[in-house]
Amino acid sequence: MNDLTPTPQERIAKLKGLGTSRKRVEDARFTQGKGNYVDDIKMPGMLHGDFVRSPYAHARVKSINADAARALPGVIAVLTAADLAPLNLHWMPTLAGDRQMVLADGKVLFQGQEVAFVVATDRYVCADAIELVEVDYEELPVVTDPFKALEPGAPVLREDLAGQTSGAHGARRHHNHIFLWETGDEAATNQAIEAAEVVAEEMIYYHRVHPCPLETCGCVASMDKVNGKLTVFGTFQAPHVVRTVASLLSGIEEHNIRVVSPDIGGGFGNKVGVYPGYVCSIVASIVTGKPVKWIEDRMDNLMATAFARDYWMKGRISATKDGKITGLHCHVTADHGAFDACADPTKFPAGFFHICTGSYDIPVAYVGVDGVYTNKAPGGVAYRCSFRVTEAAYFIERMIEVLAIELGMDAAELRAKNFIRKDRFPYTSALGWEYDSGDYHTAWDKALAAVDYAGLRREQAERVAAFKRGETRKLLGIGLTHFTEIVGAGPVKNCDILGMGMFDSCEIRIHPTGSAIARLGTISQGQGHATTFAQILATEIGLPADSITIEEGDTDTAPYGLGTYGSRSTPVAGAATAMAGRKIRAKAQMIAAWLLEVHDGDLEWDIDRFVVKGAPERFKTMKDIAYAAYHNAIPGIEPGLEAVSYYDPPNMTYPFGAYVCVMEIDVDTGTHEVRQFYALDDCGTRINPMIIEGQVHGGLTEALAIAMGQEIAYDEIGNCKNSTLMDFFLPTAVETPHYTTDYTETPSPHHPIGAKGVGESPNVGGVPAFSNAVHDAFRAFGLRQAHMPHDHWRIWKIANQLGLHG
Amino acid sequence: MIAAAFEYHRPAHLKGALGVLAEYGDDARVLAGGHSLIPMMKLRMAAVGHLVDLQDIADLKGIRVAGGRVTIGAMTTQHEMIASADLARAAPIIAEAAVQIADPQVRYMGTIGGNVANGDPGNDMPGLMQCLNATFTLVGPDGSREVAARDFYHSAYVTAREDGEILTQISFAAPTGGYAYEKQKRKIGDYATAACAVQLTKAGGKVTSAAVAMTNLADTPVFSDAAGAALVGTSGDAAAVKAAVTAAVAAISPTGDNRGPAEFKRHIAGIIIGRAITRALSRA
Ligand SMILES: Cc1cc2nc3c(=O)[nH]c(=O)nc-3n(C[C@H](O)[C@H](O)[C@H](O)COP(=O)(O)OP(=O)(O)OC[C@H]3O[C@@H](n4cnc5c(N)ncnc54)[C@H](O)[C@@H]3O)c2cc1C
Repeated sequence: MNDLTPTPQERIAKLKGLGTSRKRVEDARFTQGKGNYVDDIKMPGMLHGDFVRSPYAHARVKSINADAARALPGVIAVLTAADLAPLNLHWMPTLAGDRQMVLADGKVLFQGQEVAFVVATDRYVCADAIELVEVDYEELPVVTDPFKALEPGAPVLREDLAGQTSGAHGARRHHNHIFLWETGDEAATNQAIEAAEVVAEEMIYYHRVHPCPLETCGCVASMDKVNGKLTVFGTFQAPHVVRTVASLLSGIEEHNIRVVSPDIGGGFGNKVGVYPGYVCSIVASIVTGKPVKWIEDRMDNLMATAFARDYWMKGRISATKDGKITGLHCHVTADHGAFDACADPTKFPAGFFHICTGSYDIPVAYVGVDGVYTNKAPGGVAYRCSFRVTEAAYFIERMIEVLAIELGMDAAELRAKNFIRKDRFPYTSALGWEYDSGDYHTAWDKALAAVDYAGLRREQAERVAAFKRGETRKLLGIGLTHFTEIVGAGPVKNCDILGMGMFDSCEIRIHPTGSAIARLGTISQGQGHATTFAQILATEIGLPADSITIEEGDTDTAPYGLGTYGSRSTPVAGAATAMAGRKIRAKAQMIAAWLLEVHDGDLEWDIDRFVVKGAPERFKTMKDIAYAAYHNAIPGIEPGLEAVSYYDPPNMTYPFGAYVCVMEIDVDTGTHEVRQFYALDDCGTRINPMIIEGQVHGGLTEALAIAMGQEIAYDEIGNCKNSTLMDFFLPTAVETPHYTTDYTETPSPHHPIGAKGVGESPNVGGVPAFSNAVHDAFRAFGLRQAHMPHDHWRIWKIANQLGLHG
Repeated sequence: MIAAAFEYHRPAHLKGALGVLAEYGDDARVLAGGHSLIPMMKLRMAAVGHLVDLQDIADLKGIRVAGGRVTIGAMTTQHEMIASADLARAAPIIAEAAVQIADPQVRYMGTIGGNVANGDPGNDMPGLMQCLNATFTLVGPDGSREVAARDFYHSAYVTAREDGEILTQISFAAPTGGYAYEKQKRKIGDYATAACAVQLTKAGGKVTSAAVAMTNLADTPVFSDAAGAALVGTSGDAAAVKAAVTAAVAAISPTGDNRGPAEFKRHIAGIIIGRAITRALSRA
């Protein structure tokens, strides 16, 4: 040893492994405009496809005349349901066990629905041809309200389901009813609530929104008729699932299909499902023998591809006089639109909504969810959250506030009184989940201290008094949230998508000179996987993260995986990465033992090397070992250094957090200003603090959008009112407040590195924090519940209805 | 979101532009910054066979302040107006309003001429021009004429401009006294929920002149004589402001949209007008 020998700290630093705020390796290309998105793909002879879409929300399609369109120079084909029917592709199965029209088959059920697919030599010709397709519609009565949809005389939407009294999730009790899904003990819950000293009841609506990724959905399908291979490039959050579905639908053997997700410009759940555009592009490519590109524009994206939320949640929560919760009952009327195309694990038609007991130790609970058809776009995806978890978090965090009002109690105190105590983990909730780990009181106390909660309450009281004296027209809201998420779907025993278990995978190859490539079954849409997964591996195998390439998204090369959504990449694929890394290390240990001429049990792992126990000067680094793996003939050991792991998680992970939002509200104009936002996240082991912070900032901004303005609304005849970014709220830097981030670190006991996933927490926790701040500002004047989004008009309406405008 | 095919003309002189308009009649439209027209064409809500791009016509650009009068060429962009030191001195209300229009990208392209000629009740410049009592110069095949901003707007997208005419410049007397442009919008890039321009003068503790005009609260900009009159001769006290607000609100007829229903806008208008007047008074 001499002065030039790196210290252990220097060796650790060189790896840029776990816990390092390593800069994102992706950003070099993104910040230089050198990303490669699907619309950047150009192939020789490529054609373009686009849709004729329905202007009506409900109408019979009496005839389609495409003669004039076909006659337009440059038009290659116009596909209608009649053309797809012989292939049995005019309908397709949805992820939720329903089926969905690919092209209008006799009727349309929502505005913007795909009616015909025009294929032409360029996009301009497509746009002209679309105008020339004559569709004869006969308008039908429209229903956009799920409660009205269930009335006896409501229009029949899904005539294709006539006479079907049961669906994929049990009995249907009405022609517009999809399912009733129940869990928990309703009788015991009712009993607890009836016997309770205090009961709060409220209808909580989480409005329909849209993930609206900056890049819309699209694909390029290319059928090579010579070698029989179909290649589909697309904005897919789950490329392997798309390959399997494409094979099942088309009959093309799976080895002859290659699905590639190139760079993706945000997904947020919008890019999980299979859309008519993909099917039509594939069919068009098979028919024409040419590559066919389909790219949505913004209006297509907002009107037709998957929405999120639209849950009417009727809650009853009971407690003792001093605030100990005794029961929770929830009935949801879930508006699924025209087809049930929710993206949930098969056995969970309401996703993991039954995490709705939240962070609280609630002895008994019940959830029932009625799925309903309406004349709105299909979807129901997890928009930056695990399946229906943000609905659940919003529901319980609003119900807690309402209960606090009923009890006349401080909402922070009520929460603390009911948190699941640290010593109760692993904790089994009344609705059957096993929470892996948590320390809610510590996080909560830290959050309240950080914002000087008591001081804020004093200031608020003074403000109310000043308002009443006519000295100010601004109110102060303190929005509290303590959320618990459930992410990382999921254990194969109960989680699957179209029958595919929700494991994930990682395959590692170490190159002879000590660098590596790892391929995963997931796909980054901006999360920075190429950065963080390399960090996990760096710590596991002792090669620098900078020497590890991460590759995802090409089904010909990546191992099978279920994709990226529901914060599942780190919990599942991240675990697979660590496990594959450990397999590498196990083999490396044997190689090192041979090189060092010791028994492998005499070696121990030390950062980036195996060291002979008790003789630290005798070691082999992973780099040495990699070289040996390819150059030495080692008796009893195969050459090479590779490993693959398919990881079936034993449980979900349960990230949590404590958020406080302080908001100024102008009573006269309905405008608001977020004065302070404090976000404490506990996502278990922290892989890259900088990326966590970035994820939290992004998720909070999406939460702000949802809570304060974003919506997909329809008028009474089913016109979508928010189909452009003029009317669909995407915050800019100007609307985005400053965020303060903080953390506690409670590792997951069952995850190989203890990580839980963080990408979605800020959306799950952020929405109730913003919304509760609005509500809290008006609590002193008697407000209990006002539905989101809290745009200027709706906040103004609260003030107006409370008589604050004099 | 792709416009139908059109012919593109790019004359270097006003005469050439007028010639194309004369030749193709209402199948031709002039193109300024394109930030109102092109979205309409992409949505195929406007069908234009011949687009006459004015950007090469040098005469239509520029800001001149001389002899107490401000003249702005129609093709001057909102960004150029914000950046102009002359304008900042002569009529600071212009920049105060212009920075509240859309976002920087739009303001680099959007022009004063396009903004006032468009006739969209959501545009901010028309109300402001009425407040300043500006004059628009229109040049057509038969020569040039002047129309007061206060007479220019008939209903949404219907103005005093004939199809064959081009708006070449706007001009107004450089204002003095206090001013304010107050606007409520949902976010950056949005048109007004309610907006109000106020320009007033005070002497000897009394308001001596006052002009109040509003944006997006009817199908045209709304200039309220009565609101100005309610202020003139007063000290600008709370009662006078209230009377002016009442008068101004009486002149509007907002309609509901995604920003909210009419009654909400009416209330917001009152607040915004009040704030604009108060701020203008504080600067007078
Ligand atoms: C996202 C977004 C947000 C916006 N928000 C606002 C806002 O908040 N407030 C606001 O005021 N505006 C807003 N605008 C509109 C913007 O300011 C436009 O640029 C402006 O209204 C029109 O100017 P233009 O030069 O782009 O005109 P163009 O779009 O080129 O033309 C508009 C119309 O005027 C006609 N025209 C143009 N110039 C002349 C002329 N010299 N003589 C005769 N006719 C002419 C054209 O033929 C056309 O009919 C917004 C635009 C966008 C895209």
